[in-house]
Amino acid sequence: MSTPKIEMRNVKKSFGSKTVLDGIDLSVNKGESMVIIGGSGTGKSVTLKCVLGLMQADSGSIKIDGVETKDLDTKDHDALMSKFGMLFQGGALFDSMKVWENISFGLVQGKKMARDEAHDIAIEKLKQVGLAAQTGDMFPAELSGGMQKRVSLARAIATSPEIIFFDEPTTGLDPIMADVINDLIKNCVTDLGATALTITHDMCSARKIADKVAMLYDGKIIWDGPVADLYDSGNSYVEQFIHGRAEGPITKHAAFKA
Amino acid sequence: MPKTIHQNPQHIVSMVQSICQGIGKSIFSFLQSIGVLTMFIGKATVQCFIPTFYPKLILKQFIDIGYYSLPVVGMTALFTGMVLALQSYTGFTRFNAESAVAGVVALSVTRELAPVLAGLMVAGRVGASIAAEIGTMRVTEQIDALVTLSVNPYKYLIAPRVIAGTLMLPILVLIGDIIGIYGGYLVSIYNLGFSSGNYIAQTWDILERMDVLSGLLKAAAFGFIVSMMGCYHGFNSGRGAQGVGTATTYAVVSASILILVSNYILTQVFFS
Repeated sequence: MSTPKIEMRNVKKSFGSKTVLDGIDLSVNKGESMVIIGGSGTGKSVTLKCVLGLMQADSGSIKIDGVETKDLDTKDHDALMSKFGMLFQGGALFDSMKVWENISFGLVQGKKMARDEAHDIAIEKLKQVGLAAQTGDMFPAELSGGMQKRVSLARAIATSPEIIFFDEPTTGLDPIMADVINDLIKNCVTDLGATALTITHDMCSARKIADKVAMLYDGKIIWDGPVADLYDSGNSYVEQFIHGRAEGPITKHAAFKA
Repeated sequence: MPKTIHQNPQHIVSMVQSICQGIGKSIFSFLQSIGVLTMFIGKATVQCFIPTFYPKLILKQFIDIGYYSLPVVGMTALFTGMVLALQSYTGFTRFNAESAVAGVVALSVTRELAPVLAGLMVAGRVGASIAAEIGTMRVTEQIDALVTLSVNPYKYLIAPRVIAGTLMLPILVLIGDIIGIYGGYLVSIYNLGFSSGNYIAQTWDILERMDVLSGLLKAAAFGFIVSMMGCYHGFNSGRGAQGVGTATTYAVVSASILILVSNYILTQVFFS
């Protein structure tokens, strides 16, 4: 069996007395699209940030390509980061830079590519996400929310990363734009042959882009399996969540406690 | 009430315990903040000396911190020099020591007033702006985005600002020295009836290299403090608009206090 691209074992993270992750176990294989679902405040973003190294887990193991990510020196950490692409929930575009500079930022600053060459790639990526080349000379503040998401996606894929992370990719978008973004994500991940880890509570999005789904609840992965089995999971928590029922084992109190 | 406490010694014990816990918690939190700040300063300072550098970003900060602060520092220095000449003249006439006005203006401006007031003005203008800008980047995940794009935020965001702050404040203060002394000169010549030649000669005679140099060294320290406090509080900003607002306030207040404290320490080092 091949080494998982991402492997989390018994990962724990607390903030003061509040335990957010209580022993997460998760494996994502190469080329697989894993979607983590769960209610607000259940630790989805913390899970993602721990894998990305933006946050240090209190204990447990996180491996990328079989290599433990904790205690990496700066050089190895930079090498690891060059494998990653990330679509942030709010876009996180640099508002002082033009759109093309945002997209090519990782190429110019991270990979030391010449600006002219990076510009050409940025325009190509813009087209790939369905935006005109002229958009490249605009500033992020001049774009709509949907366009900003597309630009952010273009930036995430510009360096041809091996692993792409998506943090609530459809939040704040209308249903049609959300579907457009889902299609783009699916196409981009397939074209690059990348591994994808997405966190969302949008079930349409999960159904569309996932190969596998894991549900996070109370700091633990309580169910994971192929997306085809999601609606036949036999897990009362999963069923309540995916159908959006107010009644069930997930209470408001439990959701906030997590 | 004393009767109740007397009757319930457990209540006293728990009260003392909770006070001790509160004090311990505050001390621990204070020490933790000092540790975090020290680590931040260490990381940021190291990145100021290790390649890769970002010359365009440093140049941009030179302009933002230096050039755009020039009017406010210049105006402060001008009016401070003018007031100083007026006040010292008023005081010195009581002792028939009016001739000391030129020297007092020159020494006060170069040694103390120009560096301290420029530091405080820049703390208000630049420290707040740095904290707000970096704080907003933190809140909108732009700093996290830098990390995921393999760019060290200490090198890309902090180092250019600290380099520019440390190098530009001495230049601002040097200009402030000239403007401040000129302000004193204007009042002394056109208001107090001093002779222009005598005033310039007295200023020139009394000023020593160390007077100006100590002010410039202080300015470099103040520039470092202002930029570092702005970056630190912005970088560790809390969530939302309130978090950024608080970071901005802390940046200005902490920089101002540190400027005043370090001014005393540096004065002691240079002149004791």
